[in-house]
Amino acid sequence: MPPAPTSDWPAVQLHIVTGKGGTGKSTVAAALALAIASRGKTVLLCEVEGRQGIAQLFDVPPLPYEERRIAHGSGRAGGDVYALAIDPESAMMEYLAMYYRLGRAGKALDRFGVIEFATTIAPGVRDVLLTGKLYETANRNSRNKGARQYDAVVLDAPPTGRIAQFLNVNDELAGLAKMGPIKSQADTVTTLLRSRRTAVHLVTVLEEMPVQETADGVQQLHDAGLPVGGVVVNLVRPQDLDTEARTTLLRRTVDPAGVAEELGVARIDDGANLVASLLEEGHDHAQRRALEDEQRELVAGIGAPTYELPKLAAGIDLTGLYELAAELCEQGMA
Amino acid sequence: MTRATRAARTHPRVGPLAAVTGTEPALDVDALLDDPDHRIIVCCGAGGVGKTTTSAALALRAAERGRKVVVLTIDPARRLAQAMGIEALDNVPRPVPGVISARSQGDPLDPSSTGSTTGKPSGGSLDAMMLDMKRTFDEVVESQASAEKAAQILANPFYVAVSSSFAGTQEYMAMEKLGQLDQDARRTGRWDLIVVDTPPSRSALDFLDAPERLAGFLDGRFMRLLLAPAKGPARLMTAGFGLVTNALTRIIGAQVLRDMQTFVTAFDTLFGGFRQRAQRTFELLQADGTAFLVVAAPEPDALREAAYFVERLKEERMPLAGLVVNRASRPPEGDLSADRASAGVERLRAVGGTSPAAEMTAGLLRLHADRVRIVERETRLRRSFATSHPDVATAVLPALATDVHDLDGLRTIGDLLARSAGAGA
Repeated sequence: MPPAPTSDWPAVQLHIVTGKGGTGKSTVAAALALAIASRGKTVLLCEVEGRQGIAQLFDVPPLPYEERRIAHGSGRAGGDVYALAIDPESAMMEYLAMYYRLGRAGKALDRFGVIEFATTIAPGVRDVLLTGKLYETANRNSRNKGARQYDAVVLDAPPTGRIAQFLNVNDELAGLAKMGPIKSQADTVTTLLRSRRTAVHLVTVLEEMPVQETADGVQQLHDAGLPVGGVVVNLVRPQDLDTEARTTLLRRTVDPAGVAEELGVARIDDGANLVASLLEEGHDHAQRRALEDEQRELVAGIGAPTYELPKLAAGIDLTGLYELAAELCEQGMA
Repeated sequence: MTRATRAARTHPRVGPLAAVTGTEPALDVDALLDDPDHRIIVCCGAGGVGKTTTSAALALRAAERGRKVVVLTIDPARRLAQAMGIEALDNVPRPVPGVISARSQGDPLDPSSTGSTTGKPSGGSLDAMMLDMKRTFDEVVESQASAEKAAQILANPFYVAVSSSFAGTQEYMAMEKLGQLDQDARRTGRWDLIVVDTPPSRSALDFLDAPERLAGFLDGRFMRLLLAPAKGPARLMTAGFGLVTNALTRIIGAQVLRDMQTFVTAFDTLFGGFRQRAQRTFELLQADGTAFLVVAAPEPDALREAAYFVERLKEERMPLAGLVVNRASRPPEGDLSADRASAGVERLRAVGGTSPAAEMTAGLLRLHADRVRIVERETRLRRSFATSHPDVATAVLPALATDVHDLDGLRTIGDLLARSAGAGA
């Protein structure tokens, strides 16, 4: 890795990563956590959707409601990455134990189905519990004795379509809890989420719907007063052929004889059919690149810093994650 | 996620012992669409795999092959919604303009195309609608309660919150709407096929669990607890009751508790109705006339989700028609392997040619190697699905260069779906 420039987000402690389904937001969140750790920081990577996506990406057993060390940032100075799967039931029991010392009443709440009610039905409460736990990991206090301090927390967040609602916990609770402890809990969380210590990054791919949804998401975050971070363009096609080469491919003006000759140099003598099919693949690629470029311009128009990650032909494994993390470091996202 | 779901998801993924690594049977989409016994097709799968487009394409194809179709979409892309004439969210099915009915000429190979014994007019039609979750919920309340009581419920802040943001309401209301469309279809004969898109849930399983979860909530211990002061026998719970209400008052405040109690009391009389409706919808999904299509992309997450879903459908005895794998990379022509192509690139580099032709050739070889590797990976993922689920008929759709925004685009998808029969190998 070349000497990396400094991070674009030095003041940010809480990185929230969202994205439309299928854009790879979990992969990007994991890569970002690794990238931050490679700068010598201790990082916590959280998920809140009960999917065990982190465990699958890092190839470790399913995560419990407990911070576990799952990886080490690259390089000698690399810090550790811990992971936590936050589920609302456990967050609620922990919260009650930490703040109310309910004792027998806590168990009674569970027995009477109150915990299940609060975490699955009561609107907004689920999100307040999830973001509340997130807040706690970023602001360790004396109530959670001996808990680890993190330099940064990265959240694999709910998808773009739901992100503003998820983070806008106060609005969700409005009309339900106008006062009382839940309301003040939500207020504290909101203060952090709206501060410069937080950045909401959006992951997209260079296709129409995801780019449109990203632009909409940015607007909704702005409207809700939530800090927009960067836009990560994921799964970018290989950028092998330059504009000129692509233009000749699109116009079908490439000289097949020249390619055939070079294939001979490369000792691939599969005949004229191969030349024709390679040129066809090249044409197809150039066409898609042109469409991607249109979308790339729209992404640039969103006005947030952008980062690009390649589509790895081998798919995403631990090696791939470190590769993507190095990219993010180089581009200054971490 | 409910406890029940979690249990289902930890269920081991086991295929038949005789499973052979290999190819899946092909999904015959036209046979599925043409079979008059199929009255409902449900498209489900993880988010971002093209469910909405797939369901719209299937609906259009069925209509143009002579079925009278209504498609229920959840969240279509804006331009597609406009093309289908459903950009206004009014919860009512509207005719889609521009549907071409091939049946008007009659199909000699298909006896049902000329058969008018059932009293069906020849020629298909397509209606479409977009789900309005809150309005659907309101309509259910209005149909179940007296006008006065309904008004009281609709105004309750707790109801407003539950009906517009309760995780699962959208899934539940999609199923509710399906039930309504089915009743309408049977009563009026306006439709003979309903195609349903499912909400972009965190998990593809959510919509199956939603009715049960909502019914469970309405019938749950906590609701009974809130109703306890009003109901005699529930007084047996008194021992824990004081403890719980005290704790609740401390945590959420007395006002929220009062709102909840008002809501629950008002809702109490509707419980039976809701349970029955949820139960009926579930039975509708199990019925012979229903077919599930699981939609996925050739990615580990989407296929894992598809596998969970296939197993869950089996558990619930719900009829699975097959798997649609969208966005597959096109295999390149010829048999130049990725390794040979990469070795060729190395040789070109070693020779040091910098002519445009050399750069072009190296670039094309790198692209080819990349594409072959991606296709190989996708094929491996699909094979491993097929190995553990050998009986699931599959259609594989190549990735399109552009998004679909009009009926022509949907027709192309429909053609590809129908043609992919046999391409699964």
